Amino acid sequence: MYKIVKKVPLNPTVTMMDIEAPFVAKKAEAGQFIILRVDEDGERIPLTIAGYDREAGTVKIIFQIVGATTEKLNHKQEGEYIQDFVGPLGTATHTEGLKNVCIVAGGVGCAIALPIAQKLKAQGAKITTVIGFRSKDIVILEDEFREASDRLFVMTDDGSYGREGNVCVPLKEMFEEGETFDQVITIGPLIMMKFVVEATRPTGIPVLLSMNPIMVDGTGMCGGCRLTLNQNGKKVTKFACVDGPDFNGYEIDFDEAMSRGMMYSNFERHAHEETCNLFAKEAK
Amino acid sequence: MPNMKPNKNPMPSQDPKVRAHNFDEVALGYSEETALDEAQRCLNCKNKPCVSGCPVNINIPEFIQKITNHDFEGAYMTISEDSTLPAVCGRVCPQETQCEARCVRGIKGEPVGIGRLERYVADRHNSQSSEKFIPASPNGHKVAVVGSGPSGLTCAGDLARKGYKVTVFEALHTAGGVLVYGIPEFRLPKSIVQKEVDNLKEMGVDVETNMVIGKTLTVDELFEMGYEAVFIGSGAGLPMFLDIPGESYKGVYSANEFLTRSNLMKSYLDDPTTPIMKGGRVAVIGGGNVAMDAARTALRLGAEKVTIVYRRSETELPARREEVEHAKEEGVEFKFLTNPVEILGYHNPDDRRDPKNGFVTGMKCIRMELGEPDERGRRRPIPVPDSEFEIEVDTIIVALGTLPNPLIKSTTKGLDVNSRGGIIVEETTGATSKEGVYAGGDAVTGAATVISAMGAGKVAAKAIDEYLSK
Ligand SMILES: Cc1cc2nc3c(=O)[nH]c(=O)nc-3n(C[C@H](O)[C@H](O)[C@H](O)COP(=O)(O)OP(=O)(O)OC[C@H]3O[C@@H](n4cnc5c(N)ncnc54)[C@H](O)[C@@H]3O)c2cc1C
Ligand SMILES: Cc1cc2nc3c(=O)[nH]c(=O)nc-3n(C[C@H](O)[C@H](O)[C@H](O)COP(=O)(O)OP(=O)(O)OC[C@H]3O[C@@H](n4cnc5c(N)ncnc54)[C@H](O)[C@@H]3O)c2cc1C
Ligand code: SF4
Ligand code: SF4
Ligand code: FES
Repeated sequence: MYKIVKKVPLNPTVTMMDIEAPFVAKKAEAGQFIILRVDEDGERIPLTIAGYDREAGTVKIIFQIVGATTEKLNHKQEGEYIQDFVGPLGTATHTEGLKNVCIVAGGVGCAIALPIAQKLKAQGAKITTVIGFRSKDIVILEDEFREASDRLFVMTDDGSYGREGNVCVPLKEMFEEGETFDQVITIGPLIMMKFVVEATRPTGIPVLLSMNPIMVDGTGMCGGCRLTLNQNGKKVTKFACVDGPDFNGYEIDFDEAMSRGMMYSNFERHAHEETCNLFAKEAK
Repeated sequence: MPNMKPNKNPMPSQDPKVRAHNFDEVALGYSEETALDEAQRCLNCKNKPCVSGCPVNINIPEFIQKITNHDFEGAYMTISEDSTLPAVCGRVCPQETQCEARCVRGIKGEPVGIGRLERYVADRHNSQSSEKFIPASPNGHKVAVVGSGPSGLTCAGDLARKGYKVTVFEALHTAGGVLVYGIPEFRLPKSIVQKEVDNLKEMGVDVETNMVIGKTLTVDELFEMGYEAVFIGSGAGLPMFLDIPGESYKGVYSANEFLTRSNLMKSYLDDPTTPIMKGGRVAVIGGGNVAMDAARTALRLGAEKVTIVYRRSETELPARREEVEHAKEEGVEFKFLTNPVEILGYHNPDDRRDPKNGFVTGMKCIRMELGEPDERGRRRPIPVPDSEFEIEVDTIIVALGTLPNPLIKSTTKGLDVNSRGGIIVEETTGATSKEGVYAGGDAVTGAATVISAMGAGKVAAKAIDEYLSK
């Protein structure tokens, strides 16, 4: 059992938790993830390591409430325990040698991008960050990003905060002004990452992105997390949990990944409703 | 007087029509009366041909004689000298190619039901005995075991009996390896595996789940933590795919994923938390035990029709005969001499949001014929030109076999593996190329059997004891 030592809601649908997991905390690196089960008989879900404190032995997770399991997790309070917490899984984000990086993150993807930004900052890289949200009330981690970046653009789709527009707007402007980077790192919804890749393609700057396909074991045993990469015209299958979750953005088959992510949407909708009903009943 | 009936006592089983819709155990086990009758069929041969067919050389005639003398506990003790998992092996051993294949009664008629008797003895012991294990006095040495499949559990048990402080590190949230995530409940009830794990804990073995060696801790770190030897029993969990177009459509599973969802994540229950595709038409590709398990699981999950597609003919099916028969009785269909060449999916060009987009609709196959035998003596299947045809399916389960997972190898300096990813060991000791590190089971051999994995765990436990007693 793993203790929830801290719980902070970041916005109405995104929550941050510090979990006591000393073995994971000791090894965690930016870009890696954990898999947890909230309770006995619960589903295994992957969440990125959004931070860690090796001394205190805690690991930070930031999750968006999208379905049954994240709903259940959000009902757990500080001091309570979750059943299983395994990691760190996946390979750490490659940051060696990067000196000038543009990070483009959207929504809860910002939680995944933050430790990468912090790590790059610590190794002395120049960091330009673009973070995007639907509207003002769901902006998260702005202060943390400001601290970790040399330059920060905050975007909202409806213009209620920062600049109006999606994350590609400032990115394209920078490219038009002839700015260049060693690497673009993008993390967020698949569709956003796809547009970031397209916006960057003409510049030839390498794009790294973090994929989040449906996973079960997270150790390379089931193959459920497989993705197709297009490597010089050849199709190559990779398992995101062990080969990733970071991949070369130019190689990803986005349409396939989007389609596979929807495999269980009927089941998920139903499960989420059931869970909400259950909690509603308990509350009465 | 021996019982000279030519046939084995049949195994009482659930009615195929009923069991095809539930996950309860199919084979119900002998009664005492049947066990005694079957035991009488053993001729107590002096040269014991059956024993050489058992990978761990259980003294078969001795335990069977004890049954005939109503000394059931004695029979259990005899088996226990060589096997730590008799309730498991009595159920899942491919007896027909091992012990029973050598039984003299098999020359004229059927061999003695050795596996069924072994199961009877073990089940009887487990249900009746209440002896408490007396922990061995600690010898002060610490050993780490990686993986909680049959090889790891056996190695841990043998070492604990000798007084070692053993910790088992398991990547998943439940211990048992393939016995819990692969082999389904209807063939091997999980309570049996749980009992084995509980026994180990009672002996003082620590079982640490959620520990991925190579990630959470490396093998070298285990040594730094004071473990003096490490046994790697991490199995062969890396699934192989067909490498044909369409394998990423929704509804294509590896057998590992399908079985893990159903067994470990319990998506066969009424209100599961982990989803699985149920119902519709299912095709399972492959012909081994794994394929049979996947097919029979799909049937129980409510499939309308389940077809096993195998590229060779029925005689070459590598699965246990009993499982093939059970699958047929339950209504699983077989398409032999057939190989998939492409998986077909749904695309609605007019509506990108059509929820059916990207789901499997069918499979293009080609007919095969058998050519010359290959290096293992099995006739090689070759495609018949221009014989392609399509079948309609909603779910495809790929059960083509598995390879050892490279996770440990890639994080352990000095650990040599062969071209198929199997850890290289000295056969008589399980010693690897790295000092103090031993390995066994599927991690060494690639996908094999429970009993051979168990045997390898025993061999390594003995060698580790010798190594640390030096
Ligand atoms: C490597 C990785 C890192 C991730 N990091 C984060 C993170 O830091 N914060 C965060 O909020 N989310 C993260 N996710 C996504 C998160 O795992 C899903 O939101 C979560 O599983 C949803 O579960 P649910 O039961 O609440 O919702 P559901 O209703 O079950 O699903 C909602 C959506 O989540 C996805 N999903 C469902 N089950 C799984 C699963 N077992 N594995 C992966 N995706 C699934 C599906 O695409 C689905 O459409 C990450 C995913 C991956 C693969
Ligand atoms: C569906 C199916 C049906 C089968 N049916 C039969 C049958 O009827 N009869 C028969 O004899 N055999 C059968 N087999 C084969 C048999 O189950 C295996 O040969 C046997 O389980 C191998 O045992 P093992 O101890 O080597 O490994 P496994 O049972 O594979 O156990 C390995 C364990 O190690 C864990 N692990 C892996 N990597 C790590 C890591 N890095 N860190 C920590 N833990 C790790 C895994 O999670 C797993 O729990 C079947 C196999 C399958 C998949
Ligand atoms: S362990 Fe398997 S091979 Fe050995 S005697 Fe028992 S059933 Fe036969
Ligand atoms: S070969 Fe058959 S009959 Fe002879 S001892 Fe073995 S089990 Fe009994
Ligand atoms: S999650 Fe199972 S192989 Fe990646």
